[in-house]
Amino acid sequence: MAGAALSPGAPPAPVRPLRESTSSWPILDRVGYWLSWATGIGLCLIAAAIVLYMGIKGLSYLRLSLFVTSPAPSLHQTQSGGFSDPIIGTLTVTAIGTLIAAPLGVGLAVWFSEYGRPTWLARAIESALEMLAGVPSVVLAIFGLLIFAQGFLSFLSQRAATGGVLGQSFVNAGIVMSALALPLVFASTRESLAQLPDRTREASYALGKTRATTIRRVLLPSIRPGMASGIVLGMGRIIGDTAIITILLGATLKNEPVGGTPVLGALRGTGSTLTSYVFNNSPAGEGNSHEKAYAAAFVLLLLVLLLNALVTRLTEGGPMGRASGAQRLRMVLLQYLPWK
Amino acid sequence: MLGALAVLVLVLIGAMVVTVLIKAWPSFAHNGLRWFGPGGEVDAQTRAMREGTALPGHSIYYFRAWPLIWGTLVTTVLAVLAALIVSTLAAIFITEFAPARMRRAIEPVIRLLAGVPSVVYGLLGILLIAPWINENLISNPRKQSVIYVVQLNGANLTTGTLILMVMITPIMVAITTNALASVPSSWQEGSAALGVNRWRTIWRVSLRTARPAIAAATVLATARALGEAVMLAMVSGGSAFSANPLDGLTFLYEPVRPLAAEILQESEGLTIGALSHTLYAIGAVLLVSATFLSLAGWAAKQPLKRYGIRA
Repeated sequence: MAGAALSPGAPPAPVRPLRESTSSWPILDRVGYWLSWATGIGLCLIAAAIVLYMGIKGLSYLRLSLFVTSPAPSLHQTQSGGFSDPIIGTLTVTAIGTLIAAPLGVGLAVWFSEYGRPTWLARAIESALEMLAGVPSVVLAIFGLLIFAQGFLSFLSQRAATGGVLGQSFVNAGIVMSALALPLVFASTRESLAQLPDRTREASYALGKTRATTIRRVLLPSIRPGMASGIVLGMGRIIGDTAIITILLGATLKNEPVGGTPVLGALRGTGSTLTSYVFNNSPAGEGNSHEKAYAAAFVLLLLVLLLNALVTRLTEGGPMGRASGAQRLRMVLLQYLPWK
Repeated sequence: MLGALAVLVLVLIGAMVVTVLIKAWPSFAHNGLRWFGPGGEVDAQTRAMREGTALPGHSIYYFRAWPLIWGTLVTTVLAVLAALIVSTLAAIFITEFAPARMRRAIEPVIRLLAGVPSVVYGLLGILLIAPWINENLISNPRKQSVIYVVQLNGANLTTGTLILMVMITPIMVAITTNALASVPSSWQEGSAALGVNRWRTIWRVSLRTARPAIAAATVLATARALGEAVMLAMVSGGSAFSANPLDGLTFLYEPVRPLAAEILQESEGLTIGALSHTLYAIGAVLLVSATFLSLAGWAAKQPLKRYGIRA
């Protein structure tokens, strides 16, 4: 390949065998050729620009103290505190969402690939999850609000002053967030199970193991990387979502627990996460302190990069072997839709 | 037991569709099909519902969603068309022209662009791109020319569409690359053997084979663009204005507000009587559209199976 000709910066002239010289091509074909080079490099430049710009802005406004101080209501950026509450909020919501979506998604995928009877039910659940992956998160959020504002679910949040159920709490936001991650976990696990050769299962049956034991002791351990990358992708979706937080967590300045019980009270209370913190501190929200927004967005971006790197690591080992670029691009697909 | 779990999830998803539709019904019932049509200002209508005082001569439920629907259509269609061109070219570059080292570098780039949270895109848009567009692209005479109708600033249709394009390009690149890579190389070799140059071969053979995948990618990207609320709420402008293409170039600098962004911006009103029904009606429209797009995506993928391409 022509890798040696790469020089950083300007588009390098591709060193190709003679037959690939473009000089004999009609002009339109050559335009297309250069346009495709330009877009490829352009995409890299956009990504680099985002990371660099956020990095410069983020690092210049980021202080260690921001991580440990709570947000405070103030018009001045020097007094508006840090984002310790949003960080705790992000961790809490992600934990709740993942704890629900991971076992549920893996369970459904196992049922789908290993049992899958009756067939109509299997087909229905697959299409339903595919649809769920396409539902805008803001719609999921308003559905959640509708459900969690029912009287009998008041133990999950709190009663408003007027007597109605508020419907906003960490638990509620986490539960709805799990719907974002569920299709990813499902699709990733199902893909990995489909890639396992049948002889693995047959070998286990031949040893006299039951189907359940085979799943628990043979199949699940061997698809661990696939499951894990689905879960990590799901976590990425949860961390990055703002609409559900705004509507179901209240996106308040501080995390406000309900009652005196330490952990349960906090889970029933309202709060904020990094995404809603960025939103509220941008000119679109009320806070309007750019420095805080940039610093928090930088932390958010770092989290995303970290999760990305984790998925890369996970897909490098495991049944996919050394995943090729195209295979890893399939992981991008999974971020949007359980893909067949 | 796992089967019961499947039934439970299925019931929950079904319940979601049903409850949102039920909650939305009063808004549709009071407005009829004209709910989707033009008529008056959306912001005035939602304000009336929030304050509980009906607009003179209308019921409290009076709502005409056209400016929002138009905003959704314009941003989605423009962004998807732009992303279609960019992603096809980028996918050709990745599968055919990129040197091996660069190909390895571009994959994390696509993943990164796909993974950046929309609120970060929104922040960059509102603090970086919108001010730049406001200062450099929108001239003062242009602002003056429409001052009595709408105020132009950097947060507008162009900004929203541009960023939306960057957000949906990765998925289209991923799907198209995937399909182009699985076109049998013997087909390309056959074309090359006939003396067709590389670009024509890609254009006539590979892209044609990958066409269903490109269609599926377009449908998926549309679904994503349709549901994008946060970024568009931040950068597409402050008012639910129905940008007018007859305004010529000014059209590109007029504010719009898509359906999903409207729910987010009025989220305080989700518990207020008539307004809540209206917002759930908007949600129902999004939900139904998403379902149809999901169906369309499934249909678009079918021809691929004929070639044995897993896409």
